[in-house]
Amino acid sequence: MAREIRLYVLVWVALMALLTATVALTFAPIGPFKTASNLGIAAIKAALVFWVYMHLSRRPGLERIAAVAAIAWLGILLTLTGTDIVSRGWFQG
Amino acid sequence: MTEDLVVHEPYAGLEQQREADYLGMYVFLGSEIMLFGGLFAALFTVRLLHPQAPIEAAEHFKLWLGAANTAVLLTSSLFVALATLVVRDGRRRTASVLLALAVVCGVAFLCIKGVEYRLEYLEGLMPGVGPKISPVRSEPAGLIVDLYFIATFLHAIHLSIGVGLLATLAILLLKRDGAAPPRPITVVMAGLYWHLVDIVWIFLFPVLYLPRP
Repeated sequence: MAREIRLYVLVWVALMALLTATVALTFAPIGPFKTASNLGIAAIKAALVFWVYMHLSRRPGLERIAAVAAIAWLGILLTLTGTDIVSRGWFQG
Repeated sequence: MTEDLVVHEPYAGLEQQREADYLGMYVFLGSEIMLFGGLFAALFTVRLLHPQAPIEAAEHFKLWLGAANTAVLLTSSLFVALATLVVRDGRRRTASVLLALAVVCGVAFLCIKGVEYRLEYLEGLMPGVGPKISPVRSEPAGLIVDLYFIATFLHAIHLSIGVGLLATLAILLLKRDGAAPPRPITVVMAGLYWHLVDIVWIFLFPVLYLPRP
């Protein structure tokens, strides 16, 4: 119990640190890497919430797959949308 | 553990019943991911076709209010996670207080969002209402602004449902008139919903507020 409370608070500290980092990086002169850093940090935050707060770390494999299946489908949607636009030559950089 | 240990029809055992609870909720949350996913795909498409549009749109959004709101939501998630932890130990009063704190965070989020909407209304960013002259210069940026209102409002509706859910549970957990209090698994499931609404915001915030040159 005490161990779990400590874990939950630590995850919250990590989430707040990542939020600070992502806002700070917005003002950093890293140009094209900004989108990558913003989305990368968001993905880490979401993974922390999924894994710890949403109990995926304690659930069996089948449930983990069910929980992230939608994310995989979303990946297909975004990938095909992206390839469609890029392959038609509409992409401007 | 003083969890509810009753096996209901048609389950063979507690473990199977618990798996069904989680599986059903994760699948429902999957449908929510797809609902918001469509909006993210729209944002992604505009971003690919017009790389400057999100940057121009983000100039009009209130970065610091958005960041504050992210912090508020992350904190509310901690309260909810702790509540689901203590409720399984039978500490209903503590769980109720933690859920109430999460509700306060949720209401604070909605208030800050309301302030943002008001500022944006006064600036003429809202489609169809407010000042006729919009400060948005390009059409693609206008698309992003419209998507911002759709996505954040849809999120706010979800959050309001979550606030109602958690507030109801917080009250029911304190009831002493003999009526059965909510089972711990109910609190856990409501918590899963709350966390997913939090995750949606975790992605909305960087995609809408953070693009910069």
